[in-house]
Amino acid sequence: MSAISHHIPEPLMAAYAAGSLPRPYALVVAAHVSMCDACRATVAAHEVAGGVVLDEMVKAPVEEDLKASVLALLDAPVDPEPEPVKRSGVYPGPVMEALKGRPPRWKSLGMGVKQCILETGDTGSVRLLHIPGGRAVPDHSHNGLELTLVLQGSFSDETGRFGVGDVEVGDEDLEHTPVADDGPPCICLAATDAPLRFNSLIPRLLQPVFKI
Amino acid sequence: MLAVRDRQDRAAFGALFDYYAPRVKGMLMRKGCGHGQADEIVQDVMLTVWRKAAMFDPQRAQVSAWIFQIARNRHIDVIRKESRPMPEELAQEPDAEPDASQVLGMEQEAKQLKEALARLKPAQREMIEAAYLGELSHRELSEKTGLPLGTIKSRIRLGLDKLRHELKGMRAE
Ligand SMILES: [Zn+2]
Ligand SMILES: [Zn+2]
Repeated sequence: MSAISHHIPEPLMAAYAAGSLPRPYALVVAAHVSMCDACRATVAAHEVAGGVVLDEMVKAPVEEDLKASVLALLDAPVDPEPEPVKRSGVYPGPVMEALKGRPPRWKSLGMGVKQCILETGDTGSVRLLHIPGGRAVPDHSHNGLELTLVLQGSFSDETGRFGVGDVEVGDEDLEHTPVADDGPPCICLAATDAPLRFNSLIPRLLQPVFKI
Repeated sequence: MLAVRDRQDRAAFGALFDYYAPRVKGMLMRKGCGHGQADEIVQDVMLTVWRKAAMFDPQRAQVSAWIFQIARNRHIDVIRKESRPMPEELAQEPDAEPDASQVLGMEQEAKQLKEALARLKPAQREMIEAAYLGELSHRELSEKTGLPLGTIKSRIRLGLDKLRHELKGMRAE
């Protein structure tokens, strides 16, 4: 496996550590950190900074009997925590968790391109994309931020080449046509906070159908 | 914290409670929780500290950093009713002697960070607090948080490399 060369930008890492990153992006960050020790160290560094802030936090007194009730609960039986969902194949633990432990159920987008929507809601959506080697994702631009993490294979677009573990950060200004490189199909995890806008007429008409 | 982890020492846990409970509550109230709700979350957080103590690794985290992330996760669970996506855990080597120099190094880095925070102008300091309390969106967070995180990053990276190395050695045995 080649080294990861495209990482998560610092403000997103800080927001992830602080807990303010919307869930679709947080899933991409958690998946990337599962694959990248450099970014794992970055998250941990931000958490140390969070700990420093906590240390210096203005104290608010807790109810007098809270300590006693916590101490009384120390021996209380607890349900064992569910085991964290493990990585399976190319899918890191947090992705398997979003898949509820099952393999992805792909829906065709035509031309051999497939997607599997993991989550969609007010804060955006996150999906898996499956693109056969040599095929392109339809030409599109973004209303907001788009994070794309490569899980298998690689793709290239106007801005460079992205291999396993790499993250592409797209915004309003990026209009790109990612093409999967020859070889095994490219599988990506992609999160957006707004629908993608496709630039040719047909895919735009199909948008509501495919929930892109 | 190590007394809590290694000997389930209740007196040590009591001291940890006295120190952290009001700070965690301060953090929760700043995040907009009312007294009652904040106390409930503080209770959950402190019980989690007790129950998960075995997972605390001083080579990879400061006590305050560890409790910070437990409190943040619990707050998200309760307020947003959703769980926060977490990276895969790195396997922990059973019963390994903690590397004292690594632990000391982490402490020194955190101390330097604390001093850096103390040196900031009030407005800047307020920004940092807002950032780590989750009050700023990723768009509002500028390239730099204003705290020098470079050296602590490399210190943590060192600990991770060492852990990976030892895990590899264990698998080879
Ligand atoms: Zn990275
Ligand atoms: Zn795009």
